[in-house]
Amino acid sequence: MEALLTAAFLTALLAGAVAAGVPLLLAGLGEQMSEKAGVLNIGIEGMMLMGAYLGFLVAFESGNGALGFVAGMAGGMAVAFVMAILCVGLALNQIVIGIGLTLGVEGLTALLHHFQFSTTYPRLPAAWRMPVPGLVELPVIGPALFDRHPLVYLAFLLVPLLAWLYRRTALGLTLRAAGEKPAALDVAGIDVATVRFLAVLFTGAMAGLGGAFMANVAAGIFIPFMTGGAGFIGIVLAMLARGRPAWVLIGAVVFGGALSLTTALQVAGLNVPTDLIQMLPFAAVMAVLVLYGRKARLPAALGLPYVRGAR
Amino acid sequence: MVAAPSVPLGTMQAAATPARPVPATSPVVELLGVTKRFPGVLAVDHVDLALLPGEVHALLGENGAGKSTLVAMLSGLVEPDAGRIRVAGEERRIASPRAALQQGISTVFQHVMLVPTLTVLENLVLGMSWWRRPDRAELEQRLAGIRSAFGIALDLDQTTGELSLGEQQQIEIVRALLRRSRVLILDEATSMLTPQGADELGALMRRLVKSGLAVVFITHKLDEACRFGDRITVLRLGRKVGELAPEGLAAMDQAAAVEEVVGLMFGDRSIAEARAPRLRKAEGSPVLSVRGLTVTGATRLARADDVSFELRPGEILGIAGIDGNGQKQLAEALAGQRTAAAGSIVLDGRDITRAGVAERRRLGLRYLTDDRIGEGAVGGFPVATNAVLKEIGAPPFWSGGPFLLGGIERPGRIAAHARELIDRYDVRTPDEATPIGRLSGGNIQKVLLARELSGDARVVVFNKPTHGLDVQNIMASRNRIAAIADAGLAVLLISTDLEELLDVADRIAVMAAGRLTGIVANDEGARARIGALMIGRAA
Repeated sequence: MEALLTAAFLTALLAGAVAAGVPLLLAGLGEQMSEKAGVLNIGIEGMMLMGAYLGFLVAFESGNGALGFVAGMAGGMAVAFVMAILCVGLALNQIVIGIGLTLGVEGLTALLHHFQFSTTYPRLPAAWRMPVPGLVELPVIGPALFDRHPLVYLAFLLVPLLAWLYRRTALGLTLRAAGEKPAALDVAGIDVATVRFLAVLFTGAMAGLGGAFMANVAAGIFIPFMTGGAGFIGIVLAMLARGRPAWVLIGAVVFGGALSLTTALQVAGLNVPTDLIQMLPFAAVMAVLVLYGRKARLPAALGLPYVRGAR
Repeated sequence: MVAAPSVPLGTMQAAATPARPVPATSPVVELLGVTKRFPGVLAVDHVDLALLPGEVHALLGENGAGKSTLVAMLSGLVEPDAGRIRVAGEERRIASPRAALQQGISTVFQHVMLVPTLTVLENLVLGMSWWRRPDRAELEQRLAGIRSAFGIALDLDQTTGELSLGEQQQIEIVRALLRRSRVLILDEATSMLTPQGADELGALMRRLVKSGLAVVFITHKLDEACRFGDRITVLRLGRKVGELAPEGLAAMDQAAAVEEVVGLMFGDRSIAEARAPRLRKAEGSPVLSVRGLTVTGATRLARADDVSFELRPGEILGIAGIDGNGQKQLAEALAGQRTAAAGSIVLDGRDITRAGVAERRRLGLRYLTDDRIGEGAVGGFPVATNAVLKEIGAPPFWSGGPFLLGGIERPGRIAAHARELIDRYDVRTPDEATPIGRLSGGNIQKVLLARELSGDARVVVFNKPTHGLDVQNIMASRNRIAAIADAGLAVLLISTDLEELLDVADRIAVMAAGRLTGIVANDEGARARIGALMIGRAA
């Protein structure tokens, strides 16, 4: 057991938690925006996967990492755009469309990958790291937290920024009203569809970034189905967070930690069957849902399409 | 278009209001020949309407008269198929709620349009600016001005959902004032208010029009239109059938004016169909005794708290009160749909406090829900199935016997039973196989009543039985309720319509914040005593 308490193990664990947690954080924050506005965005898994695929493709072909992230974001937003047209514009069922989009993107990216990379499996060079001067010298947390890709810092900065947006700005108020009582927002003179459309696009952007991070930074390679339910965990995080970005962060660290622990424990050579270890993150999801699921406070109009005058 | 008989309207609101000047300005908003068709319905048919500043314009009509559609047109929720809208003399489209607000038309809808989870302040500023919150100090200054001019005070930091509906309505009026509206539309604004609250709203409307606003007051209540309106427009089946202008104030007294309006509203039908006097009065020992019944609820108001009463055969006990003061909790506890936290219910000497829904029904305690489609019926099922919905699987409509022999449907018997009920209760339906959801509210009500009265009924609990019905069905329902009591059944009639209770009940109890604040006999002066009980404890 001593092996578990060494600085190297803890550093690896924390670093792994961040690498696994950042996509979850981005997805959770993105989903939270949609849910605040009243759209249950089940398509987020597909948006992440599209972000991962396009992000990797562009980064690989152009050799430009930053361009890869822009492409990942655009990919997520493109799927979100379809979702918004169908679910917000045409008021179709959000759950059916979301599942359909996720399945569609899974099939599409797997197919494209098959023709492009299935023989070569190209990898990207190691991702750019931006050490924070001073802080990087700290033991354990220094290398784990402050010697990372800039997107990591950006994701963490988004947390207070979004919290401020929701609590302190008229835009946040508008979003909350769209999710709680869209009819009231409509008669107050703000177009509900526009608000929800933009919220869904934001979700797509965040999910796309998260996907691109998974492919380009965490893995350095695109593999079909590589998001592996990260988008769905993002939905769980958003639901448990009761509208607070900070709680999404906590959730992302917990789930990211659980994912990282599976790797770290295997590396540490703990004498436990790997199947058991690999169950850990999912057991964590179940445990958290059992403990806190009932306390999730969701917007009153979540999942309900809004059609003016239909009362 | 029917020529509008312009009848001089007497000074009907003389009581509290001094004579007011006749406004001689041009209309702020004019509707010219507007028409709106929905699938199968001509909701509004070539209606002209002029809204003048300084005037309370009452729009009066029954359900389906087209009031709501007119409101929707003015507030930008629907656009007319034909006709024109002029704002301040210029032709305009009102294509969205935003456009309506920009033209200075604000609406207080029948159902509160505030976000319950936001604070009062947040609801006031909702929709005003996308990117920043207005300066709180500036807002407070303007609110102080509104308070001194109109007497409305708000606590900005309260959560809106915790306020009473009357208070929420005031928030909406203040919001309209903050937007510097020229026209304020109040859609069925008194439906959620106590009689006192309605009078206060009337006084507020007076102050609002004095400041130059045009107020549109939509109602289906005749006396309110006459008390509060300077001008009354009467709508029937989508058409404007008359307008009473304020100019000719002279001759008519209130009774004559009411008669005139009634004539316009119902054509040659009379609302006050003579009802045979009640045949018998309560007799014998109580069939239902409720002692200290307590039901917990989600909010302070929505619960029943230490409710006690007795009900004798042949008696109608009315429960009056503002909606949401525990009436539904009480009704569901009696029906067995909610568990009593304390107290006892005794039916015919038998304690049924712990009995389930089916057992209570079998013992003769029947409940007619106010939620006809949501909980009373399955909309997509045929009338015949709905008529036996509470006896599913039981003989004689399903076969008896153990295991596989039991519970097999007998369609012939179900259909025959339904045809008999349709005949006896005069249900207007193509046949017994028609999905019940296609029938009108009044006919669904008849089917549910037929279902509850079948078998050996002893006590019938009605929860808002005439809610949402039109005048003719309301009258028919009241007659039927009276007839049920005359037949020797005990009736508990929960209603938010005081007139209904004064019309048919023998005794009337007032419920406020979950408690029965008093029970009075329905005789001379009952109205005043009930009013006192309502304000005594009402939230």
